[in-house]
Amino acid sequence: MVHVEFTPHLSRFLACPPLDVEGPTVRAALDAVFSERPALKSYLVDDQDRLRKHVVLYVNDRPIGDRIGLSDGLSDGDRLFVFQALSGG
Amino acid sequence: MELHVATRKGLFVVRPGSNQPVGQPSFLGDPVTAVLHDRRDGTLYAALNLGHFGRKLHRSTDGGASWAELPAPAFDKVEGKEDGPSVSLVWTLEAGGDEQPGRLWAGTIPGALFRSDDHGESWQLVRSLWDLPQRKNWFGGGYDDPGIHSILVDPRDSRRVECGVSCGGVTISEDDGASWRQTGHGFVADYVPPEQASEPSTQDPHRVQACSANPNVQWCQHHSSVYRSTDGGDNWTELTEAKPSRFGFAVAAHPHDPETAWFVPGIKDERRVPVDGKLVVSRTRDGGKSFEILSNGLPTEPSFDLIYRHALDIDDTGECLAMGSTTGNLWISENGGDEWRLVSNFLPPVYQVSFA
Repeated sequence: MVHVEFTPHLSRFLACPPLDVEGPTVRAALDAVFSERPALKSYLVDDQDRLRKHVVLYVNDRPIGDRIGLSDGLSDGDRLFVFQALSGG
Repeated sequence: MELHVATRKGLFVVRPGSNQPVGQPSFLGDPVTAVLHDRRDGTLYAALNLGHFGRKLHRSTDGGASWAELPAPAFDKVEGKEDGPSVSLVWTLEAGGDEQPGRLWAGTIPGALFRSDDHGESWQLVRSLWDLPQRKNWFGGGYDDPGIHSILVDPRDSRRVECGVSCGGVTISEDDGASWRQTGHGFVADYVPPEQASEPSTQDPHRVQACSANPNVQWCQHHSSVYRSTDGGDNWTELTEAKPSRFGFAVAAHPHDPETAWFVPGIKDERRVPVDGKLVVSRTRDGGKSFEILSNGLPTEPSFDLIYRHALDIDDTGECLAMGSTTGNLWISENGGDEWRLVSNFLPPVYQVSFA
């Protein structure tokens, strides 16, 4: 399981407690998140499922390397952090 | 009459005569890019552009006391195409005709028109306009992508819908959006090669408004000048007497008198501030043959206020005007612009003012 946590900024708009999902990649993990929380999807990705420009993802202590394909691999026990970038606000 | 004021930091309601004319905003801290008071049923709609999390749409059925989020207009996902379109901004919202309950129109950046027939619960791209061949000529002005900022639903026939596009001229449908024609003949653009200056599909009408009582009469504040149409937006005539400049963004059309309209001129176009630092409103009452300068109650000291294209509105009487600026000033005139009263000079930058 991958543990997903969200920026508190999002809680201004909708409830976002952490959750655990299955997913071998960042994309798969996000798809699992959106499956459980469909209202969250448009906050993090655009109409073409591209990560929004001012959203940043970390796997454990590192930002993801593939912001377009979201192909970074995930392992059991990883933590995926969803932050707002320090821009665009 | 209530006035809704959409700003960079929330949606305010101004209630003339109240001890607190500007109350606490809805969506404090969030940019509100468009607001619509649907006169058919009193519903309010607000479009947001969250800095990090994209554009959003909210609806209130209790006058703004509470809001519920709705799906925002969005393009379908295009499989296998990395550069497929995505709505970055809902720029304008308009209600359909009285016989079309639930019908809403949304103009977006990039330049698309979306339609809802269920009070905003769902949205469909108006594919016929998106596929209009001339759309490939459209380009961004101010924003990176073109956008639809003016939607005019003909009060005589709701199936006639007109869009003003920056930069893409004017498009008109006579059949409820099933088909469109690119128009805007008579506009002259001074920002393209001379031989292209009259091409309708690359014009930049900053704002288009019609006289409600006679919708054939329309007014346009274009990037390059001020224009009037008497045939419902197909053909436009430049109003060369406009002063103190022909540049600006906003226009208000008198709802009953097709000879009267208001503009807010500025220095074109590299600076976008009032001419000589003096904010004024210009008014014509003879169909654009002449203009008078209105400044009573407007700043006497140097001013740097810009009035965005949606930030000038007029009420149904044709007497009460409201105007909000990029520097957070809000004025109201209750006598057709002869005198202006400052309501607040501490608002966030104003994107739209709209009488309920």
